[in-house]
Amino acid sequence: MKDELKKRVIKGPDGFEFEVDPIQDYYCSEPPKAHPPAYVKIVEDLFNWARSESLWILGYGTGCGAIEMRPLMTPRFDAYRYGVQWRATPRQSNLFIISGYLSVKTLKRVIRSYEQMPSPKYVVGLGSCTINGGMYWDSYNTIKKLEEYLPVDLYIVGCMPRPEALLLGFENLKKIIRAGKAEGANQYAENFEWYKANQKKVIHDWDMPDYNW
Amino acid sequence: MHDLYAKLKDHFPLGPLTEQRADLSFFTVGREHLRSVMLHLRDQEGFSHLVLLTAVDWIEDGVFQLTYLLNNRAACQDLGVRVMLPRENTSMDTIHDIWPTAATYQRELREMFGIDFPESPGVNDEFILEGWTGIPPYRREFDTKAFSEENFTHREGRETHDPAEHMKKQLYPDGE
Repeated sequence: MKDELKKRVIKGPDGFEFEVDPIQDYYCSEPPKAHPPAYVKIVEDLFNWARSESLWILGYGTGCGAIEMRPLMTPRFDAYRYGVQWRATPRQSNLFIISGYLSVKTLKRVIRSYEQMPSPKYVVGLGSCTINGGMYWDSYNTIKKLEEYLPVDLYIVGCMPRPEALLLGFENLKKIIRAGKAEGANQYAENFEWYKANQKKVIHDWDMPDYNW
Repeated sequence: MHDLYAKLKDHFPLGPLTEQRADLSFFTVGREHLRSVMLHLRDQEGFSHLVLLTAVDWIEDGVFQLTYLLNNRAACQDLGVRVMLPRENTSMDTIHDIWPTAATYQRELREMFGIDFPESPGVNDEFILEGWTGIPPYRREFDTKAFSEENFTHREGRETHDPAEHMKKQLYPDGE
């Protein structure tokens, strides 16, 4: 456990002393809940259509694939015309692109960011590294199968995929969302124990709460 | 570079000079002389910049080779000073007071090779790895493939072909 996460007594600027337990006080300990679909299918379809047109990507690059997102968010390929945009914080985004190799250290940050994103949220694995480890298949610190740790809606193959492949990936993801099959957040909530067990198997120094909501 | 080497050799016992390029040379020095060689090179010869400090694991010979690469900006010269250390319980004197940047390199070597640098600031702090419990991963007895197979789930369907055999089968399916 890191020092800043340990229970301690803090003296405030007014001289008042109080006890802080960061894990209890700064995080929500409630596990995630699955969100049931709307009461009528046509309403849920409308919701899904709306969701598919608002893909807000968390601007967080985990590996070399993040370089493919720069031409996408600039005039050359201009992904914004497809209703896709990048946001600075997990609280404002609903699509997480795991761009390339994912080391165990980064996985920790990815889990924290993913859990902070509001539901419904989607995960896209970009590049062969997220699928089977790619060229890091025998590395000591790169995970090889992303869907063991996070619910993945779509993989985009390639090493690296071109920005055009990503644009096609966005279009395919929209189709999946409109078909009501992008239930990653619910899947994560329902199989929470299984995901946590997998995550803790590779992250040996688990120094955060189980759900970083 | 030969002049400098001859001059240094008068003062310190040095190994043979390897001239990689006109502006890049290497020589070996005993660990007890490293500090004085470094100070001499920095203060007298103008090698003011520590480019890098890295290690090579010569597992067959049972030694670690530390390479201190120095740069003389004015003369456009690079000089690598090598130190050979035994592989068991390896420990080396810190040079962070000569070049403060060395502390970072020493911290990395501590984590990745298990080479200790007592009294180097923060040398035992985590550098890149988090929560690493096994043997340092850059040591050559560490089997990265076995570690990866044991820790990370493998996806089925990945095949490897010997290119020669594979193309032979592709081009001549009935045999020659």
